[in-house]
Amino acid sequence: MLAPASETHRAIEAVWRIESARLIAGLTRIVRDVGLAEELAQDALVAALERWPVSGLPDNPGAWLMGTAKHRAIDQIRRRITLERKHEQLGRELEIDEAMGVPDLEAELNEDVGDDLLRLVFIACHPVLSREAQVALTLRLLGGLTTDEIARAFLVPEPTVAQRIVRAKRTLAEAHVPFEVPGVDERAGRLTSVLEVVYLIFNEGYSATAGEDLIRPTLCEEALRLGRILAGLAPNEPEVHGLVALMEIQASRARARVGPSGEPVLLLDQNRGRWDQLLIRRGLAALERAEQLGGAMGAYALQAAIAACHARARAPHDTDWGRIAALYESLARLAPSPVVELNRAVALAMAFGPRAGLELVDELTSEPSLKAYHLLPSVRGDLLFKLGRLDEARVEFERAASLTRNARERDLLLDRARVCGPTGP
Amino acid sequence: MRVMVIVKADEKFEAGELPSHELLAAMGKFNEELAKAGVLLAGEGLRPSSKGARVKFSGHKRTVVDGPFAETKELIGGFWLWQVKSMDEAVEWVKRCPSPNVGESEIEIRQVSEPEDFGEAFTPEMREREAAVVPRIGDNPKR
Repeated sequence: MLAPASETHRAIEAVWRIESARLIAGLTRIVRDVGLAEELAQDALVAALERWPVSGLPDNPGAWLMGTAKHRAIDQIRRRITLERKHEQLGRELEIDEAMGVPDLEAELNEDVGDDLLRLVFIACHPVLSREAQVALTLRLLGGLTTDEIARAFLVPEPTVAQRIVRAKRTLAEAHVPFEVPGVDERAGRLTSVLEVVYLIFNEGYSATAGEDLIRPTLCEEALRLGRILAGLAPNEPEVHGLVALMEIQASRARARVGPSGEPVLLLDQNRGRWDQLLIRRGLAALERAEQLGGAMGAYALQAAIAACHARARAPHDTDWGRIAALYESLARLAPSPVVELNRAVALAMAFGPRAGLELVDELTSEPSLKAYHLLPSVRGDLLFKLGRLDEARVEFERAASLTRNARERDLLLDRARVCGPTGP
Repeated sequence: MRVMVIVKADEKFEAGELPSHELLAAMGKFNEELAKAGVLLAGEGLRPSSKGARVKFSGHKRTVVDGPFAETKELIGGFWLWQVKSMDEAVEWVKRCPSPNVGESEIEIRQVSEPEDFGEAFTPEMREREAAVVPRIGDNPKR
C-alpha cells in the first residue's frame, strides 16, 4: 500500500505546483490577508493529502482545493464575527452570500482568476516590503517554493527566510495593503518593482556555479516561468514582454557559457551552435510583442534588443555593432550610467574602429565611479592595442589585472600585457 | 527541466482525418493554459506518415523509405516541449490534456537531456564580460 500512496503524494505535489498560486490569490480576495490565505490554502493541501490517497484524485483538483479552503475561510470568518463585533462588514457580506445560497464552486473558481493572480503579484512586490522580502514572498506565493528551497537558492539560512516571510506578511497586514491592481498613476512604478524582483531571481540563477546546490540554476527557470505567467496576465504591458525577451535570450546562451574544463567563455568566443535556438526564437517573438505595443524604448526592451543583435548573428563578424551602439545610446538617455557608456564605447569601436571607441573611453577615465572598475582599463587597453600603442596598452592591462578579483581574469589580462612586449628602454 | 510530450497517432489520424471542431477548440484552450502557466515552450501537430519518409542507415548505405509506415500506435501525431519542475508536474499536465483521439489515446513523456552547464566562479565581472558587457540599469561598478 506504500507505493500507491507515495504516487498519489507526488501527484498532489504536482497539483500544488500548478494550483497553489491561483488558490492563494482567490483566497486573498476573500479573506483580504495574504498570510491567512496561505494558511487556508495549506490546510486544504493537508486535507487533500489525507483524503486523496483513499478516494483518488478528484477530476478537478483545483476546484476541490478551492472549495475546501473556502469552507474553512467562511468558518473562520463566522468565528471572528462571533468573537469580535468589529467585523460587521464581513458579517454583512456573509449574510448576502448565504442569502444567495451555496455558491457554485466551479464558477467561482473560474471567476476572474487572472485578475486575482495579478493582484497577488503586485502585493508580493509591494513597495512597503524590502527587496529580499519581495523576492522571498514572490517565490513562496507565486513560485510555490518551500522555505527550504528559497533558502538554498539564495545561500541564506532557512530560519532567516522563514522570518523574512513571516515579517513580510505582518508588514502587509499592518499596512492594510489593498488587494487590487494598482491604478494608472501607480501602475508603472509598481510594475517596475515586479519586474526587478523577477529579474533579480533570474540573475541569481544565472550566476550559479558548478558544485553549488542544483536548485540555484533552477532560479532561471522559475524567473522565466514567472515572467511568462506575467506576460499572460498583463499582455498589454510592453516592459513585461521586454523582460521576458531579455531572459529568454540570455538563457539561450547557458550551455555555451562554459568551456570543457569549466572555465567561463566570453560571448564573442562562444560556440553559437550551442545557443538554444528555441529560446532565441521565443525571445525575439517577445521582443516583437514589446515593440508592437510601442515599448521599444523601455529599459528591458532595449537590453533585450541588444541581446537580440547578438542572437541574430550567426558568427561574431555578422554582429550589427552599429545598431548595438545606437541601442546603448538610447539606453544611456533613459538611464545614464558610466557602465552603459563603456559598453557603448565597445560597440562604437567594433562598428567604427578603435579610435571611435577610445574617444568615449578617454572621457570615462575621469569618472569617479569607474575608478576601481577593472573593465575600464581592460577595454582601454584593448583599444590602444588595436591602435598599435603597445606601451600604453600594457600599462592599462596591468592596471586592470590589479583591479580584478577573479584569478582567471587576472591571468588573462597579464597575458595580454605580456603580448604588448617588454617595457620600453 | 524540459520534457518532450509526444501524442501518438491512430488510424483516423493516419487516414488524414481532421480533428473535430470540439477537439480543436479544447486543444486550443489547453495550449492557452499551458502558455499562461509558463510551461509551454513549443508544440506542433504533424502530418500523417504518408507525407513522411525514413532514411535507413546501414554502414555507409543510406536507404530512403517513403511513408506511410505500419506500426500506427507507435507513430507520432504531434509533440510539445514543456518547461516543468518534475516528471510529476508533466504527468499532471498531460492528464489535463483533452483526449487527442476518439477512443484510446496514448501520450508519451520523455525528459530532454540537460548537460551540467555551469562552470567555475561566474562572478558578476565575468558575467558582464560574457555578455559582451550587457548592462543592467543601476549597475554599480564598485560591487
